[in-house]
Amino acid sequence: MSANMVNMLLRSLGETCYMVLVSAALATLFGMPLGVILTVTGKGHILENKVINRSLGAVVNATRSTPFIILMVAIIPLTRLIVGSSIGTTAAIVPLTISATPFIARIIESSLLEVDPGVIEAAESMGASPMQIIWKVLLPESMHSIVLGVTLAMISLIGSSAMAGALGGGGLGDLAIRYGYQRFQADTMVATVIILIVLVQLVQTVGNRISAHLNKTKIK
Amino acid sequence: MIELQHINKVYHSNTGDLQALTDINLSIGEGEIFGIIGLSGAGKSTLVRCINMLETPTSGTVLVDGQDMTKMSPSQLRKARQNIGMIFQHFNLLSSRTVYGNIAFPLEIQGKSGDEIKKKVDSLLELVGLTDRRDHYPSQLSGGQKQRVGIARALASDPKVLLCDEATSALDPQTTESILELLRDINKRLNITIVMITHQMNVVKEICDHVAVIEAGRIIEEGSLYEVFTNPKNPTTKEFVASTRTDIVPDLVKQMSLHKPYKPGDKALVRLHFLGDSAGEPVIAVLIKKYNVDVNILSGNVETLQNIPYGTLLIGMDADEQHMKDAMDYLRSLSLQIEVIGYVS
Repeated sequence: MSANMVNMLLRSLGETCYMVLVSAALATLFGMPLGVILTVTGKGHILENKVINRSLGAVVNATRSTPFIILMVAIIPLTRLIVGSSIGTTAAIVPLTISATPFIARIIESSLLEVDPGVIEAAESMGASPMQIIWKVLLPESMHSIVLGVTLAMISLIGSSAMAGALGGGGLGDLAIRYGYQRFQADTMVATVIILIVLVQLVQTVGNRISAHLNKTKIK
Repeated sequence: MIELQHINKVYHSNTGDLQALTDINLSIGEGEIFGIIGLSGAGKSTLVRCINMLETPTSGTVLVDGQDMTKMSPSQLRKARQNIGMIFQHFNLLSSRTVYGNIAFPLEIQGKSGDEIKKKVDSLLELVGLTDRRDHYPSQLSGGQKQRVGIARALASDPKVLLCDEATSALDPQTTESILELLRDINKRLNITIVMITHQMNVVKEICDHVAVIEAGRIIEEGSLYEVFTNPKNPTTKEFVASTRTDIVPDLVKQMSLHKPYKPGDKALVRLHFLGDSAGEPVIAVLIKKYNVDVNILSGNVETLQNIPYGTLLIGMDADEQHMKDAMDYLRSLSLQIEVIGYVS
C-alpha cells in the first residue's frame, strides 16, 4: 500500500471520528432533554402530561422512521442554513445529529424508566421537586445505562457516517466506496473494513468500561 | 399530631371504580407509636401515603401538626413533607450514592450547606450504628443495614413524624428485632411520632402503643395495644392476635379429635388468659382442691404488653360431670377470660 494511500486512510479515519464524535455529542445534548421529557410526562410519572408526551413521541417516531440517506437529502436546505454549505464533513454533521437525536432520546427514555419507582417515591416523600428528582435521582441512577445507550448510538453513527460520502462528507465509508469499490482497490477496501471493525470494538470497550465504573448496583 | 378525618380514596379506572379507603377516622397523638395492621390489599399502604399526600385522598381532611395537608400548594406540600420522614419495605435507597450520599440526599434537597450536611450525616451514622459503612454503596450492605440507612435518611430533616411502610417485612426475625429496637429508641430519644404499617402482628405487639386494624379499606377495630390484644372483638383481629400466640396447642393435643359440646365423661381443653391483676388468684389450686379436678398443664406463657403482664395457660381438665360443671362455673366467675377449646372423650 502506498504512502499516499496510508495518508488517505488516516485522513478518512480523522473525518469519520470528527463526524461521529461531534454528532454524538450534539445528539446527546439534544436527546437528553427530549428523553427526560418523554419519561417524566409519561403515564404515572412525576409530570404526567398526555398532550406533550404524545406529540413529542410522534415527532421522535417520524424522524426515526426516515432512512438516513433520505433524511440527509431532504434536509439539505436546513444544512445550508446552519453550516452555510450542504457539502463537506461539517455539513454531514447536521443530518447525522438529526437522525441520532431521537434515537438517543428513546434510549435515554428507556434507561430512565428502569429507575425503581420506589426510589422516586422516596425522593418525593422527602419533598424533592420534579427538577431535583430529574437531576439528583433519575439521571445519576441511570447514568450507567445511558452510557451504554450512547455507545450504541455512536456505533450506529459510524454506520450512518459511511453514507455521508453522498454529501461529499468524506470518511472511511466514502473512501471504501470510491477507491475500494469503484476503482477495484481490494486492499483499500480491506483496510477500511479492518479500521472500522477496530473502531467499533474500541468504542464498545470504552463504553462498557465507563458504564461498569458508573454502575454501583453490582459492587460487592 | 396526625388527624385523619373522613378519608375516602377511590381509584377510577376503565374497569370501574375501586373504593380503596372508606371513611377513615384516626387520631394519632404526639410521641405515640401507632400500628396499622391489615392483610395485603386491605388499603394500609394507601392509607399511610395519604398522610404525606403521596396519595391524594378523594375526600376528607389530613391534619399533620395542625396543618391541613389536603389544601396545600405543591411547594407548601414539599416543605411540609420535610417534617414527615418515611421508610419503606424495600428501602428505596439511591444505588448510585454511598451510605453518606444517601443520608445527605434530603439535606441537599433542602439546600443545606456542606458543613451542615457533614455534621448532621455523621451524627446520624452514629445514631444508626453505621459509621464504619460510611463510604459503602447500598449493594454492599445487608438488608438490616440498608434499612438503617433508610431510617437515618428519614431522620435527616428532624421530622416530627416517621411513617414506616412495612419497614421490617423484607427482613429476617433477628434483623426485624434490631430495627424495631432502633425505632423504639428513636421514639424515646427524639419523641418522634411513629406510624407503622404492617401485616405482622408480632411487630405491632413488640413496639406499638396503639393499634388500628384495617380490612377492605375500613378501620374495623382500634384501641390501645393492651385492649386489642387481650380482648379482640372482630374475627380478623382475633386471627391476628392468635397468630402471635406462643402457646401453640401441642402436637399431642392436635392429634386428638376435639368436639363440642360437652358430653359426660369428657376431658376439657381450656385456655386461661390472665390479665393484669387476675394473676393473683390461685386458680389451679382451687380447681384441684375444691372441685376435685385433675389439672394437666400443657403450656403456659407470660409476656408484657405496654409494660402490663399478660399470661396464658393451656390446661386439660378431667373430672366427673358435676365437678366439671362447677369448675367451669367457677372459672367463668373469675375476672380472667377463659376459652374452651374443646372436649375429648
